[in-house]
Amino acid sequence: MWTNELTVMMAEGVRDTLLMTLVSTLFGYIIGLPMGIALTVTDQTGIKPNALIYKILDVIANIVRSIPFLILLILVMPLTKAIVGKSYGSVATIVPLTIAAAPFIGRMIESSLKEVDHGVIEAAQSMGAGTFTIIWKVLLVEARTSILVGVTIAIGTILGYSAMAGVVGGGGLGDIAMRYGYYRYETLIMIVAVVLLVILVQIFQTLGMRLSVKLDRRKR
Amino acid sequence: MAGMIEVRNLSKTFVTKDAKVEALQDISLSIQAGDIYGIIGMSGAGKSTLVRCLNFLERPTAGTVEIEGEDLGSLSEKELRMKRREIAMIFQHFNLLMQKNVIDNICFPLDIAGIPKKDARKRAEELLEIVGLTEKAKSYPSQLSGGQKQRVAIARALAANPKILLCDEATSALDPQTTQSILQLLKQINREYGITIVIITHEMAVVREICSHVAIIGDGHLVEQGRVLDIFSHPKTAEAKELIVKGGGEEHRTLESHQKELMKGKCCVRIVFSDNSSFEPVIANMVLKFGQPINILKADTKNVEGIARGEMILSLPDDKEIQESMKSYLLERGLAVEEVDGYVD
Repeated sequence: MWTNELTVMMAEGVRDTLLMTLVSTLFGYIIGLPMGIALTVTDQTGIKPNALIYKILDVIANIVRSIPFLILLILVMPLTKAIVGKSYGSVATIVPLTIAAAPFIGRMIESSLKEVDHGVIEAAQSMGAGTFTIIWKVLLVEARTSILVGVTIAIGTILGYSAMAGVVGGGGLGDIAMRYGYYRYETLIMIVAVVLLVILVQIFQTLGMRLSVKLDRRKR
Repeated sequence: MAGMIEVRNLSKTFVTKDAKVEALQDISLSIQAGDIYGIIGMSGAGKSTLVRCLNFLERPTAGTVEIEGEDLGSLSEKELRMKRREIAMIFQHFNLLMQKNVIDNICFPLDIAGIPKKDARKRAEELLEIVGLTEKAKSYPSQLSGGQKQRVAIARALAANPKILLCDEATSALDPQTTQSILQLLKQINREYGITIVIITHEMAVVREICSHVAIIGDGHLVEQGRVLDIFSHPKTAEAKELIVKGGGEEHRTLESHQKELMKGKCCVRIVFSDNSSFEPVIANMVLKFGQPINILKADTKNVEGIARGEMILSLPDDKEIQESMKSYLLERGLAVEEVDGYVD
C-alpha cells in the first residue's frame, strides 16, 4: 500500500537527485569549461598550439572517462571522506559525480568550440584580437547553442550517474530504487522511482533544447 | 620613396608531415598609399597566403613586410596586434559573427580596441549609412544576402579607421551584379577616405574594373607586375595572357546582348567543329559555293573534356531554300549544326 511516508520519501528523493545532479553539473562546468577551452586552444590547429598542455589534458580526460563510474565512486571514497566528512549520502556523491563529469564536459566543450568557423577566428585575429578576447568574444559566443545542447546532455548523463550511486548508498531516487526494488522486492516503489527519474530527464531535455533553439541567431 | 606596403624577397614554406610546400618564393612588391592594388592568380597560386603575410596572419619563412616603413617581423606580439588594427581585412565568406546582430558585428573591432560602447555604436551607425544598410542594424547575418553580408564586413573593417584594407576574394562568392556594387563601394571608400586597398582575386574583370596596379602570381612566383593598363594591353608572360583571355567578364556580357540584337528575326545556326573538320576551310568554301554572304556572330574555342572545340554562330541569308541547302552542306562536312533563335551559350 502507498502511504504518506512513501510520498514524502519520494519527494525527498527527487530533491536529493536534483541537488546532486545540478551541483555536480555546476562543479563539472567549473572544471570542465576551462579544460575544454584549453583543449581547443592548445590543439595543433588551435590559436595557441601547445603540444605538452594538450597531451596532458588529453590523457587525463581519457583516463577518467575510461573508468566505469561505479568503480570511480569506490576509488575516490577516501577523497570524498576527506572533503565531505562521510562517503555516503547525496552530498558525498557530488564529489565522484564532479570528478566523472568534468572530463566528459571538457570533451563536449572542446567539440563545441571546434565547430566554430575558423574564418571568424581569423577575422578576429586580423582585427588585432588577442587569445583571451577570441576565447571570450568569439569562441564562447559563436558556440553558445552547441554548448547549451552539451549542458542538456551533461545533465541527463549526470542524473543517470547519480542514480547509479544508489548502489553504494548515494541518496536520491536511485538509492530508493535500489533499497526497495532490489533488496526488498518492492516493485511498485522501484517503478515509481524510475518513472520519476525518466520525468526529470525529460524535463531537462525539453527545457535545454528549447533554450538553445531560442538563443540561436542563425536560423530565423 | 618607400611605399605604404613594402614586401621584400618574401618566401613562405609550409612543412607538413610528409612534404614541404613552397607556397611563395621570393616575392617583392611595393604598394603606394592610396593605390588599389590587385593580386591575381589561379587558385592555388599562393595569393591567399601572400595576403595573409601582409598582416602576419601567416609569418613569412623569409623576407620582410614593411607597413609604412615598420618591419612587421620586428614587432612583439602585442605591437603586432596593435598594428593589425590599421590593416583591416574582408573575406570571401564574410566571416561575420553569426550570433551577433549587424550593429554588434560592426562594433566588434572597436570593442577589441577598447573604445567605449556608446562611441562605438555611434561610429557603427555612421558606417551602416556609408554601406547603405541602416535599416538592417538589428538583423542577424543569417537574415542577410551575400552582398549585404559583405557590406556589413566592409563596415566592420572600416570601423577602426584602418589605413589599409585587404580583400581576400571578397567578391568570389557573389553574383556579377552584387560584385559590381561591392566593387563600386570599395572604389568609393578608396576615393573618399584614401584607404589603400589590396585585392586578391582570380577574376581579371575585378582587376580591370577597379585596380590601378596589378601583380600576377603564378605557382608561388611573382610573374608580372605593373599598371593594369600596361599589363592588360601588353601582357608579357603566358600566365598574364591566360588570365586576360579567361577573365572576359564584362566584355562578354555586352557582346552577348549585342549579338542577341543582331540575331533578331534572322536565321541563325550554331556549328561546332569536330577535330577533323578543321582541315577544310568550310565557311569560306560555302560562301564561294552559294555566292551568298554569311555573317559570323561569334567564334570561340571551348574546352570540352580536355579537347579544344571550335564553335561558331552564323547568321544565314534570308532565303529559306539557301538556308536549307547551307545546313545540309555543313552537315555533309561532319559539323554539328543546330538552329538557335535566342542566344545559346
